[in-house]
Amino acid sequence: MTRIGVFICHCGHNIASAIDIEKVVEYAKGLPGVAYAGHNLYSCSQEGLGSIKKSIEDNDLDRVVVAACTPRTHEPLFRRACEQAGINKYLFEFVNIREHCSWIHAKEPEAATEKAKKLVAMGVAKAALLEPQEEGESEVVPRTVVIGAGISGLAATASLLEQGIETHLVERGDRVGGLLKDISMVGPEGICSRDLIEALVDDIENSPKAHLHLNSRVKELKGFIGNFDVIITKGDEDLTVKAGAIIVATGAQELQPKGEYGFGEHPAVITQLELERRLGRSGLAAKKIVIVNCTGSRQPGREYCSRICCNASLKNAIRILEANPEAKITILHRDIMSCGTTAEALYREASEKGVRFVRYGLEQKPGISTHGKSIKLKVFDEALDESIDLDADLIVLATPLVSPDDSEETSKLLKVPRDKYGFFLEAHVKLRPVEFATDGVFVCGSARWPVSARESIWQGQAAAAKASIPISEGKVRIEAITAEVDSEKCAACGNCVLACPYEAIEIVDDEGRRAAKVSEAQCKGCGTCVAACHNDAIQQKGFSSRQLGAMIDALARASTEGTQ
Amino acid sequence: MDKNRVVVIGGGIAGIQASLDLADRGYEVHVVEKSPSIGGHMAQLDKTFPTNDCSLCILSPKMISCADHDNVVLHTYSELDSVDGAYPDFKVRIREKARFINTDRCTACGDCIAKCPVKVPSEFEEGLSKRKAIYLPFPQAVPRKVTIDKDHCRMLTKEKCGVCKKICQAGAIDYEQEDRIVELSASAVVVANGFDLMDATSMPQFGLGICKDVITSIQFERILSASGPTNGHLQRPSDATEPRNLGFVQCVGSRDAKTHNYCSSVCCMYATKESILAREHAPDVDIAIFYMDMRATGKGFQEFVSRAKETYGVRYIRSRPAKIQPANGDSGVLMSYETRGLDGESKTEEFDMMVLCPALLPSGDNARLAEMLGVELDDDGFFRTPDLIHPVDTTGRGILVCGFASGPIDIPDSVSQASAVAARAAELIEGGELR
Repeated sequence: MTRIGVFICHCGHNIASAIDIEKVVEYAKGLPGVAYAGHNLYSCSQEGLGSIKKSIEDNDLDRVVVAACTPRTHEPLFRRACEQAGINKYLFEFVNIREHCSWIHAKEPEAATEKAKKLVAMGVAKAALLEPQEEGESEVVPRTVVIGAGISGLAATASLLEQGIETHLVERGDRVGGLLKDISMVGPEGICSRDLIEALVDDIENSPKAHLHLNSRVKELKGFIGNFDVIITKGDEDLTVKAGAIIVATGAQELQPKGEYGFGEHPAVITQLELERRLGRSGLAAKKIVIVNCTGSRQPGREYCSRICCNASLKNAIRILEANPEAKITILHRDIMSCGTTAEALYREASEKGVRFVRYGLEQKPGISTHGKSIKLKVFDEALDESIDLDADLIVLATPLVSPDDSEETSKLLKVPRDKYGFFLEAHVKLRPVEFATDGVFVCGSARWPVSARESIWQGQAAAAKASIPISEGKVRIEAITAEVDSEKCAACGNCVLACPYEAIEIVDDEGRRAAKVSEAQCKGCGTCVAACHNDAIQQKGFSSRQLGAMIDALARASTEGTQ
Repeated sequence: MDKNRVVVIGGGIAGIQASLDLADRGYEVHVVEKSPSIGGHMAQLDKTFPTNDCSLCILSPKMISCADHDNVVLHTYSELDSVDGAYPDFKVRIREKARFINTDRCTACGDCIAKCPVKVPSEFEEGLSKRKAIYLPFPQAVPRKVTIDKDHCRMLTKEKCGVCKKICQAGAIDYEQEDRIVELSASAVVVANGFDLMDATSMPQFGLGICKDVITSIQFERILSASGPTNGHLQRPSDATEPRNLGFVQCVGSRDAKTHNYCSSVCCMYATKESILAREHAPDVDIAIFYMDMRATGKGFQEFVSRAKETYGVRYIRSRPAKIQPANGDSGVLMSYETRGLDGESKTEEFDMMVLCPALLPSGDNARLAEMLGVELDDDGFFRTPDLIHPVDTTGRGILVCGFASGPIDIPDSVSQASAVAARAAELIEGGELR
């Protein structure tokens, strides 16, 4: 008989305000195999974890069920507490009575309490059948591959090299520098982009541990953290690089706003990046310049703010005025997004230098009419609450950064997710900004979200830090919740091979018998193959049919026999 | 030294993340946190924008990982006494202030807290509720050890009382305890000391301290929190009733030539978040946000603002309020503001409750700290980071900075900066392959 300990969490009022904790504890005490049931105000606090560990020792528990919040944030914490108290961490079962119960049934306390009891009964039934698992260990190849040689990828590469880590930098174009190649001066600081890029490239070129691959692409990525095989292709030649970690720094591109404000039809209507190119080359002849912010962004279909365009408009307006104090510059905007200290100072400086700011609304976008070389704009100025007319000899459209045309391909190749705008989706938007959910693959720069040069650089360095951690440790532990094939039952039909999103399964010949085989290191424990198997020949550790069946039985029993 | 050592000043989310990454990278990290627990301002927040993740729920595993990490030493309730030497050999003196508690013995059972007769306003609850003179700042505090507030303890101020010592079965109370000095050498120093909220009573036109129902945004976070002083029930302070309407004032003391020029960066979004949460707690409350520019520049931010407008009916009013004054009696406020247009009219609207979003200031410790470290602050008082290729480097070699200490920034950017700090420290420590 098992000795299961059940711990019900109040989560302050988050759970306790809807669920009668005492009743759930009393109910849990009567469940089969339960040796102890108790409750904690906050199970995840040092006190809560301490009391779980103490109960394990005092009551000689061999399995632990915590009914609290979500395994996404808290499972590692409770697993570690079990381990510290001498229980294999895979003998821990998490029941979510907060997101799945108290929060959504806040106004039905009795029903919520009944549901919590049933969820706990299911967790206990599964816990009784849990088996200890051993985690494998795998060596980490001390080498990284950085994809994309824009400013963020360059910064990541330079940091890795400086940490002494061999790095391959793969760039599809014939030059490094990404978007910054077209920008002559960056940031409120007015730093020359070419110097910036050259400083980083110098670092890279002088390092014996650097490998720069221009005109190259990553064609295939196989493997797992610590042990990736990256196939880099250049022309007809393929090169396989073994790497411990991968950094995705594939950047973004400027939206070309076809049809907006005469773009593509009138030569004096250009994008902000084209303005940057012209400013870098020869300066501007134009005297009356109107910059239209939020062209193609913050509107239905592309709702997001591209973060950097306002500051670019401010910087460029000041730059034009410094070269030609006679120029008349108007910035049409919807909100000026100059967050922080330096950007807000830039806004102030632009105002003081005479840049005119006119706020327009989405409902009444500026109208444009062209007569030969001259351009007229009609704008409804929200601050004045009336329409004004503007003459211009150059219109600059500040358009958003959008994900690169090939980002879908990159996403499939690297098996990393994208958001609805095609930007890569990090593991957690708040606390894991440069990590993917896939271990060992990291993201930085505008591939994730439009960012300034400064932000791109620190994100590149952040990704370098994350990539350096498994390499400095030298070994990674491999999650034990993987799929397992019963070769006796396997018909070698190959359904699981096709279903597996991680290419972790192959059909092998084992002494004349063909059967599926799972590479444990590559398996992510998603369970897709289990569902695809017609012969019940694959089971996922920790989620076996027997364990899940026991949960369903427990629910049926609790529903028919009652939970009192 | 067996392991290279890094000292991190500040135990908020930036300092915690920097410490975890540095510790995972194999360095010995010493965190110096001035308050009794790590966690910083993020621990006080109810939810985080734009996903409305429960703030402490995502933070507390990191706090505990930090405390549990073999490579991390926490010095809470501590401050830097001095920093001498230079990269790569800083000599750091840390003052661990007396808690008057033997922390090896204290189990934080709470008996002493229950019996302590002295009540003082709780810093963690922003003065909305009381704590005792012997206290745990919040239930998930790390380390989970009580602290005696020597300015309010009767035994320490008047030598009368001693109740906690009598009640403590662990024998953990030590009224004679003195500050302890820890001296260590370190290869790098990380500044992650966060921000201070501007005291908005300095701008009486906004009514804080004059009208009972004018509060600060961080107080409002505590009101929204299920573990806060009202158990998450939306109530105004004057009479503990649910407000029918509620206003937010942006840029109180920021983007203002008379006070602070800069934009605090996070207020537009947290006011949007607090509005959505307030509507979820009290579906009938009418909400207006008074703002200058709605700065929603991060991932999912613009959509979050749209959701506030469209799903929750939050009114966004572009206007800078002129005056907030008491309405009739003790409750509610009258707000005067101007509507748009050249001949815009002056309006006065009555609100049951008003939330101010004050400027977020450089930590008050910055001047002293910068002098001690020999680095420069910028015009606004944040740590200067002039080298674009090394955005987390201060003006002193080996002295790095992350989070709000170098300027207004949100949580994800603080977290990525913290990781960047770990990379820079590793670059410096691993010898520099290149330069």
